[in-house]
Amino acid sequence: MPISNAIYTSLFRKNAVYLTAIFASAFAFEMSFDTASNKIWDSWNAGRQWKDIKPRYLVKDEEEDDD
Amino acid sequence: MLARTLLRVPSRAIARQSLGKSTRASSTAAGVDAASSPFYLTLTASLATAAAAGSAAWYYHLYGQEAFAMTPAEEGLHPTQYPWVHQRFNKTFDHAALRRGFQVYREVCASCHSLTRVPWRSFVGVMHTVDEMKAMAEENEYDTEPNDQGEIEKRPGKLSDYIPAPYKNDEAARASNGGALPPDLSLIIKGRHGGCNYVFNLLTGYPDEAPAGAAVAEGMNFNPYFPGTGIAMGRVLFDGVVEYEDGTPATTSQMAKDVTEFLNWAAEPEMDDRKKMGVKAIALLTGLFAISVWVKRYKWAPIKSRKVVYSPPIGPRR
Repeated sequence: MPISNAIYTSLFRKNAVYLTAIFASAFAFEMSFDTASNKIWDSWNAGRQWKDIKPRYLVKDEEEDDD
Repeated sequence: MLARTLLRVPSRAIARQSLGKSTRASSTAAGVDAASSPFYLTLTASLATAAAAGSAAWYYHLYGQEAFAMTPAEEGLHPTQYPWVHQRFNKTFDHAALRRGFQVYREVCASCHSLTRVPWRSFVGVMHTVDEMKAMAEENEYDTEPNDQGEIEKRPGKLSDYIPAPYKNDEAARASNGGALPPDLSLIIKGRHGGCNYVFNLLTGYPDEAPAGAAVAEGMNFNPYFPGTGIAMGRVLFDGVVEYEDGTPATTSQMAKDVTEFLNWAAEPEMDDRKKMGVKAIALLTGLFAISVWVKRYKWAPIKSRKVVYSPPIGPRR
């Protein structure tokens, strides 16, 4: 039982470490899940969203500013 | 007492008789029994059956049939179903189409139809940049708050203002349109049966001339998709009415499709985020469900695979 022992001593032994691990993993999971799902969503909707067509209109504005 | 017993005896005798008859009929020949059954019994049974069937039919005729208050013409032609890409569960609006649709609304629809529930700010980051929208809002005049003298002045529009209606009120709109009120288009996709399909079919469904036999009232136009087929709005989308800034050919169907998608956005501006949240929620809940199934099996495995054995106590023999 070396692995379970290692997990026990490193994580569950102290409550503070345990709680910190829970919070940290929650944040890490949220960020990674959101990043991954947003990437999938954007690939499904490539070329349809505002951020895909925004550059067209921004470039035009800059040209107008130059004039 | 005496009368009762007298009555009872014959009835028992008849019962016995009929019992004996029936057993005999089943054991020997049915033909004999049918021939011997009295005519009035057959007649009564037939009449009762006929009465029951007749009353059921009469009741169905009165109350059972589906009632149609309107003729098919008054219902309007059912719209053709189109495969709208933005209505799939994992697709957002095509924002380039929204931008084109808003152009169609501004240049064609806005002369009669209001869009009063949509503020200028809601276009920012959806189909226009901030500067474009500010310029567009400033083209319109709005009432100010009363000043020190209580006068209400005019000011250019801001992003927080709502799109102004073409008419001051419904009465003015009716007066300018021959008594017909152009409906507000903010929620028209949600407010009409058929939604996008209905609006698209209505916009593209004007025939060149009304079919023979169709009654079209004075000042009305024929459109089979409009309930009643007589619509005060004439055909407005013709090829090339609008010139798109992105070079898309402005055919009638292209403009109708774009403006329909735009109106769907006006009715459901939250759709993109809603679908994204839904996909995320389904993904997460699928994982949680899988975990819960695993936990259930983990907890139940020893309970389901155990064997309960009764071993009787070994006591002293008697």
